[in-house]
Amino acid sequence: MHMADALISPAVGAAMWTATAGLIVFSSKKVKQAADDRKVPLMGVLGAFIFAAQMINFSIPATGSSGHLGGGLILAILLGPYAAFLVMASVLMVQALFFGDGGLLALGCNIFNLGFFSCFIAYPLIYRKIVGDKPTQGKIVAGALAAGIIGLQLGAFGVVLETVFSGISELPFKTFLLLMQPIHLAIGIVEGMVTAAVVMFVYQARPEILSAVSRFKPIGQLDLKKVIVGFLLAAVFIGGGLSWFASSHPDGLEWAMFKTSGKEELESRDQMHTVLAAVQEKTAFMPDYGFKNTEVASTSEPEVKPAWPAIDFGTSLAGFVGGGLIFLIIFLIGFGFRRREVIT
Amino acid sequence: MNNIGRNYFDIGYMDTLAQGDSWLHQLDPRAKVITTLLFIMAVVSFGKYTIWAFIPFFLYPVFLIAAGGLPGGYLFKKVLLVSPFAILLGIFNPLLDREIFLLIGTIGISGGWVSFGSILLRFVLTVTGALLLVALTGFNPVCEALRKLGVPKPFVIQLMFFYRYLFVLTDEAQRMERARALRSFHSGFMKYRTFVSVLGHLLLRTLDRAERIYYAMCCRGFDGQIHRLTSMKSSLRDFSFVIIWLGLFSVFRIYNVPEELGGWVMRCFR
Repeated sequence: MHMADALISPAVGAAMWTATAGLIVFSSKKVKQAADDRKVPLMGVLGAFIFAAQMINFSIPATGSSGHLGGGLILAILLGPYAAFLVMASVLMVQALFFGDGGLLALGCNIFNLGFFSCFIAYPLIYRKIVGDKPTQGKIVAGALAAGIIGLQLGAFGVVLETVFSGISELPFKTFLLLMQPIHLAIGIVEGMVTAAVVMFVYQARPEILSAVSRFKPIGQLDLKKVIVGFLLAAVFIGGGLSWFASSHPDGLEWAMFKTSGKEELESRDQMHTVLAAVQEKTAFMPDYGFKNTEVASTSEPEVKPAWPAIDFGTSLAGFVGGGLIFLIIFLIGFGFRRREVIT
Repeated sequence: MNNIGRNYFDIGYMDTLAQGDSWLHQLDPRAKVITTLLFIMAVVSFGKYTIWAFIPFFLYPVFLIAAGGLPGGYLFKKVLLVSPFAILLGIFNPLLDREIFLLIGTIGISGGWVSFGSILLRFVLTVTGALLLVALTGFNPVCEALRKLGVPKPFVIQLMFFYRYLFVLTDEAQRMERARALRSFHSGFMKYRTFVSVLGHLLLRTLDRAERIYYAMCCRGFDGQIHRLTSMKSSLRDFSFVIIWLGLFSVFRIYNVPEELGGWVMRCFR
């Protein structure tokens, strides 16, 4: 399931892009270090394979629905985690650009949800652990099934967290979680089964292909841990920083806090907080709500907070009138610039 | 046409659009990539109850479609095609948030509907922005722009290789699917066993193809660089394109233009 630009806040989008960009740089470095020329065309063509395979559907018995291959896991099995992550990222990027699946800001989230969990968690920590160095049919099926399910569960959980932290959709965390996880359990089982079946097919037809891949060393334990912690920290800082400075309206988290505690910001007004708040007021595009004067006035009065969301009937009618006018103007501009020959 | 065919046709058509010769097509791809990102960042940075402030942003897609000679109706249909997810997640807002938020005349509109409308506007703007980038630039120039903007080379090469063979393998998959459909009286989706076999064979063919491509590349002396005839040079036009849009987006972001204008008009009529 693809996250969409329309549903994420810039803070979440930027945080996930930081993590994803870091992983792309890191994986690119690893692929370069491996210096395996053979892999360059292999990666490209396997990406195209995943893209084509996603268009082939099979009917799931007794449900009337259809399933297809997702791809992250089988790529990791065939290419190793780093190259697989780059391939997955490229597939998702083309889908975002050509089909508008998701969108460019949400692309960071999508690559992370669908690439990171299957390539860097499900494959090395589950599939490789179960299958080991000497693959058998049973091990491959068990490993792929477990890795497929866990990879997709984590991915779905990522979607839920990103959506809830963004606060654009009203869906409460619990409901959304209960909606997403079971659906993705089913998708995960399908993914695991298909992956296992295709890997088995290759294993029976051309066993040398898989044994070549399994000779790749699994990821160095220490290496990966450091990297992941680093990315998480970077993501938290950037996300936190952006939401602190860039929000001129309370975002979802603030809104949730307002709803649950009745106060817009929890009253832990220590030194740090006031300093940061002052910085925020100076740097924000618009100070919160743009009610600077009233706020100063209200400090002397006993807590007359404007009900949120504040309804201002005057401005909403003005918006309606002005919005209509501007729409008209834009389309007139469009007609003015219209080129004669339209490519059809 | 089946599903595979339609998607395939779509990519080809977007590439055809990118072959246009308007001045927008000729801009430096980097300028277009940067402007697209600025546009999307500006749009998503609004609060969840924003409606009117989005309207000036329609200037960007409308202008690009008009001046680039692109088929607006086709792009709009493409946007509608991918809308279900945004609608699915947004449609709960009206149910969960029922406080009256907006009055137009005497009709009260709840916060949920306002934020749902806001999601739809965001969705149309951001998706159109992304689609317009490819429709005006083409995929390979976008990749080169990314390389110049500092994206690691292995990833950019991967993007270009992937894109090049996408058509070949989609063709291959389409042939296999058609052959299967003709032999099974067009009986809808394939059965699981058939599916695995088709996919497995497709994978084996893919691996063989990768081998052949590798040898062909070795014969031609591939050294990890993809060379292009045209070089990327930024002119004053490219800079001013970015700067002008950056200025407009900032104005639209900081001032609520529709409300200001509407207020002014209403004062005039009073």
